[in-house]
Amino acid sequence: MTELRGIYTLWLREIKRFIRDRVRVIISFIQPLLWLVVFTAGFSARLVIPRVDYQQFLFPGIIGQTLLFTSMFMGISVIWDKEFGFMKEILVAPISRFSIFIGKMLGDSTAAMIQGVIVFTFGFLLGIPFNPLTLIIALPVMLLITFGLVSIGLIIASFIGSLENFGAIQTFINLPLFFLSGALFPTTGEGIPGWLQFASKFNPLSYGVDALRTVILGSDWTPLNPIHTNIAIIVIFDIAMIIIGTWAFSRMKK
Amino acid sequence: MTKMPHVIEIQNLTKTYKDFKAVDNLNINVDNGEIFGLLGPNGAGKTTTVSMLCTILKPTSGTAKIDGHDIIKEPSKVRKSIGIVFQDPSIDDRLTGRENLLMHANLYGVPTSIQKERIARILKLIELEDRADDLLRTYSGGMRRRLEIGRGLIHQPKVLFLDEPTVGLDPQTRDHIWRYIKDLKEANDITVVLTTHYMDEADRLSDRIAIMDHGKVVILDTPQKLKATLEGDVVVIKSNNNKNLEELLSKWFNFTKQHLEKDTLEVTVPNGRNAIPRIVELANQNSIYIESIVLREPNLEDVFLHYTGCSIRDDTTKELHGLSAIHRRAIR
Ligand SMILES: Nc1ncnc2c1ncn2[C@@H]1O[C@H](COP(=O)(O)OP(=O)(O)O)[C@@H](O)[C@H]1O
Ligand SMILES: [Mg+2]
Repeated sequence: MTELRGIYTLWLREIKRFIRDRVRVIISFIQPLLWLVVFTAGFSARLVIPRVDYQQFLFPGIIGQTLLFTSMFMGISVIWDKEFGFMKEILVAPISRFSIFIGKMLGDSTAAMIQGVIVFTFGFLLGIPFNPLTLIIALPVMLLITFGLVSIGLIIASFIGSLENFGAIQTFINLPLFFLSGALFPTTGEGIPGWLQFASKFNPLSYGVDALRTVILGSDWTPLNPIHTNIAIIVIFDIAMIIIGTWAFSRMKK
Repeated sequence: MTKMPHVIEIQNLTKTYKDFKAVDNLNINVDNGEIFGLLGPNGAGKTTTVSMLCTILKPTSGTAKIDGHDIIKEPSKVRKSIGIVFQDPSIDDRLTGRENLLMHANLYGVPTSIQKERIARILKLIELEDRADDLLRTYSGGMRRRLEIGRGLIHQPKVLFLDEPTVGLDPQTRDHIWRYIKDLKEANDITVVLTTHYMDEADRLSDRIAIMDHGKVVILDTPQKLKATLEGDVVVIKSNNNKNLEELLSKWFNFTKQHLEKDTLEVTVPNGRNAIPRIVELANQNSIYIESIVLREPNLEDVFLHYTGCSIRDDTTKELHGLSAIHRRAIR
């Protein structure tokens, strides 16, 4: 009970901080729209994907990309808390490191999801009409993707002392995950180099993007893996990240 | 007050960084209900000791019990029985004062039904009622410190740790905070462990003081007894040649310690009244001109000097650190 209340308290704090930071709120609205516009303009119908047009193919990919970039960035909250000392107040509280990690992870995931949902609703810019029903089905998938990605950000941040290093490592991880996820172009099929096909199999985001395409595009899309396989892999990845995250938070000093 | 077993029992507590002993085989018992002062210069190992006691730093060896709970085996129970005000700021300045207190109450499992009343009582104690709903970033350094002290009390801990509670604050605010510490001791059934490198702070607040240096306790007693151990008076001399005078005196007098403090020379002698005429005479014979000569009671500074052989000066860089930390938060 105390643990649950602790998780709720930490979640609420992240939300309050997010909402009160006007710059962050504005950026979180504009940034995803920017990506949508840029990608629509830049990649208009270059690639030919069987049975769906490129805009349709790209849309779930951009959602995945938005979740990736924003989730990983959320780790900054740990750096911030270490820098300004609040982490000590949390670490000396009588709740488990697991609850601390979960509380922060859920709070940051909520903030990241806001951007994901914004992208979703503005899909009409890509010619994808907004369908609230699709959103309801897509939400749990997006949430599962977000949990794992936010966890990676938090884990990295728990090891890193400075903002600069965090930024550098983040870019180092973000870009390969993005390009090897199938978000922009297919990573399987003819003409795709073998090493790329192979590497993408080790990218958790590949399964996330494929699952998103399955729920958003429906029968138009031929999934790489059955949806339940994709979901299972994402869930296993999330659990692994939460275990590592709890461990990482246990060894964190301040 | 009924006699209780010690609320803190520190046994052979040691923390080693590589081969440097930050805390060296510490053994201290703290009685229930006292204000216990850990006094020592910067780097003495005070913060390291407190960090181990509040379970955020693992001891290299040894252990401690707080309110009967072992800091290594039962960290969660220890955390529930302690409150802590860290040396460096540890509040969320994007939240209001009340929100910070409420968050703390929830993290420590204070029942929802009594949270409101408890928070109101604390806000009254730290005199922040009218600012409770303002964001912390609008608070002054002293107000933040008071809020941190109040926060440490929300879950009614058995022991409150205050790590350098007044570093970086102006004299008036320090005075203010000293009064709060005294008051909260009166109003709550609580034991306070206070670390400081300010002599006057330790002297004024503590029931007992452990003087710490290089990770070890040099001596432990009440402030009165510590000062009485010197058994003498301090003669404060201002002359036109302190250095030569010091040399002369050390040949003629059997005094405990002397130190050249800025432009004055201080010597501790068994009987100050008898010593003064002889010091003046000695100075005259060697054509040293004495501007002033004053007798005073020994203070903790003298005690520290006596037992460690060196002076416990205020480390100004540390103070700047505290100030800049507060400043940095204020401008964010
Ligand atoms: N993480 C660390 N690594 C190495 N040395 C440390 C570390 N933390 C503290 N020390 C050293 O341990 C000594 C005691 O530090 P500290 O407990 O902060 O002293 P105090 O609080 O009395 O000023 C200092 O010499 C400090 O440099
Ligand atoms: Mg210290």
